Amino acid sequence: MQFELTEEQSMIQKMVREFAEKDVAPGVEERDEKEEFSRELYDSLGELGLTGICFPEQYGGAGSDVLSYILAVEELSRVDDCMGITLSASVSLCAWPIYAYGTEEQKQKYLKPLAEGAKLGAFGLTEPNAGTDAAAQQTVAVLEGDHYVLNGSKIFITNGGEAEVNVIFAMTDKSKGTRGITAFILEKGMPGFSFGKKEHKMGIRSSQTMELIFQDVKVPVENRLGKEGEGFKIAMSTLDGGRIGVAAQALGIAQGALEHAIKYAKERVQFGQPIASNQAIAFMLADMATKVEAARFLVYRAAYLKDKGLPYSKEAAMAKMYASDIAMAVTTDAVQIFGGYGYSREYPVERLMRNAKITQIYEGTNQVQRMVIAGAILR
Amino acid sequence: MEFVVCIKQVPDTTEVKIDPVTNTLIRQGVPSIVNPFDKNALEAALQLKEKHGGKVTVISMGPPQAKDALKECLAMGADAAVLISDRAFGGADTLATSYTLAAAIQKLGQFDVILCGKQAIDGDTAQVGPEIAEHLGVVQVTYAAKIDIDGDKIRVEREHEDGYEVIEVKAPVLITTVKSINEPRYPTVRGTMKANRAEIPVLTLQDLAVKEQRLGLKGSPTQVRKIFTPKQRVQGVLIQKDTAREAVAELIQKLAEAKVV
Repeated sequence: MQFELTEEQSMIQKMVREFAEKDVAPGVEERDEKEEFSRELYDSLGELGLTGICFPEQYGGAGSDVLSYILAVEELSRVDDCMGITLSASVSLCAWPIYAYGTEEQKQKYLKPLAEGAKLGAFGLTEPNAGTDAAAQQTVAVLEGDHYVLNGSKIFITNGGEAEVNVIFAMTDKSKGTRGITAFILEKGMPGFSFGKKEHKMGIRSSQTMELIFQDVKVPVENRLGKEGEGFKIAMSTLDGGRIGVAAQALGIAQGALEHAIKYAKERVQFGQPIASNQAIAFMLADMATKVEAARFLVYRAAYLKDKGLPYSKEAAMAKMYASDIAMAVTTDAVQIFGGYGYSREYPVERLMRNAKITQIYEGTNQVQRMVIAGAILR
Repeated sequence: MEFVVCIKQVPDTTEVKIDPVTNTLIRQGVPSIVNPFDKNALEAALQLKEKHGGKVTVISMGPPQAKDALKECLAMGADAAVLISDRAFGGADTLATSYTLAAAIQKLGQFDVILCGKQAIDGDTAQVGPEIAEHLGVVQVTYAAKIDIDGDKIRVEREHEDGYEVIEVKAPVLITTVKSINEPRYPTVRGTMKANRAEIPVLTLQDLAVKEQRLGLKGSPTQVRKIFTPKQRVQGVLIQKDTAREAVAELIQKLAEAKVV
């Protein structure tokens, strides 16, 4: 058993950390305050090769592994998790299903620019009445000759409105339930494909979240991803991988909060001594550090299993559930250690606590993760 | 054009602490980085290569772990890297270091431009670059803030405290760079993977045409007696106002706040 990153993984981790601290950290509070998505930073991710870490070189990737990609999401999230989830939503939820289920033409046309960072990706499954219950899809696609006509809408779509490439799910046969769902690749700018309201959120405010609207959108048959009726399978396997990304985001948030709390506890003097010399504070920090470390092993192991081509659905669910739960706990404790200052926007832990919450909710609520895990162990 | 960039692996000084008893650097657990000024030198070489063609070779004298620093340079885009490493080179001061590096550069063969950072952030001597030029008998231009190549002419802007000095030279030349010359690029993921697979050849004592008594500790006339952190001087405050009356008023107020008057 090995607990060490390879030299290559360490180098990528170090590179992303430097980039995050130098180029991403400045303006993170301002972007949060103004709900400002930074396309410029995403472009930088592309230049560094982070958008294609785990895809083969012939599709514009770097040919590295999933763990390296997960390290990149973690390091970005440690500083600005909105950049972490922007990357994760594009790579795990849009580029990956095209890589796994796309035709050679689809890979050349859509995966390559995504992996190169020239384009941004999004994934549209959730609807107002179809969240966890994905089979309640009301978006429909009707085949008419050489194209499908899509009608309906999607909500809470990360990168929505900004993404040029969108993997969208729609019902092609309502009578078949989940087996009647089909996946499509939609390009921004297709006639009838428009955007609704921008979501104003509690946290991850500089990650773009939008409603997508389809009114008689003509989608060529060659843009169907996989076979008709394969959509649910594609969505579920995509979300299995996406969960490792969200887990890495949560891990990065928790790591960031822990570091802020340690620094503050050593600097903040009350009763003539740093508050870290109070056992009550020191023990909180010890618990926080232990949780972060435990989460890290779950997250890295899920990525490792995916790299090895082994089943990882249960492990990804465990990693996502645990990392997000401890991110919530660790950020809450970090705010507590900062006291009144922690509740103020003057300090970063307030933002981290707001951002941590979503990781317990999206890409499968933590209750769904428990269903996945229970299903796997009770089989 | 053939570019040689000399780099040094140094402890990350933002993390370094000094042992208050022995007055030496506590190196344990301190991460190593490529000397930041050397990264500026490498970036300058990469930009010149991108514009004018050629090859960038990075060299470093140091222990085997200095390979990590060379790998980072390869990941940034250098074409080749060579480590100069031998127990005989250990404990060298700037004179012995520059002597060894000069011998290594000669061993590598042809070069047009040698680039070095203006100084290393651990020793801060700024001597190795100029000394290499002296050993090799080539022209040197220090503190470069801009380098342009036009045919066989190399124009360098030297940074001074109160202005620039423009110097025109011909290759072969050694140039040391300041921080303001550029913003070093990050390595890319692809570059990192390539660097990780690259073989980094090592030059040892046997490979170089050198006199042993001029190497390492033996060849080092400099002896460090003591390293200490100088007492920090508090920076003065300049009061600038439109009139002397306003300035005096503020001065009195500040003195009163400091309970001096």
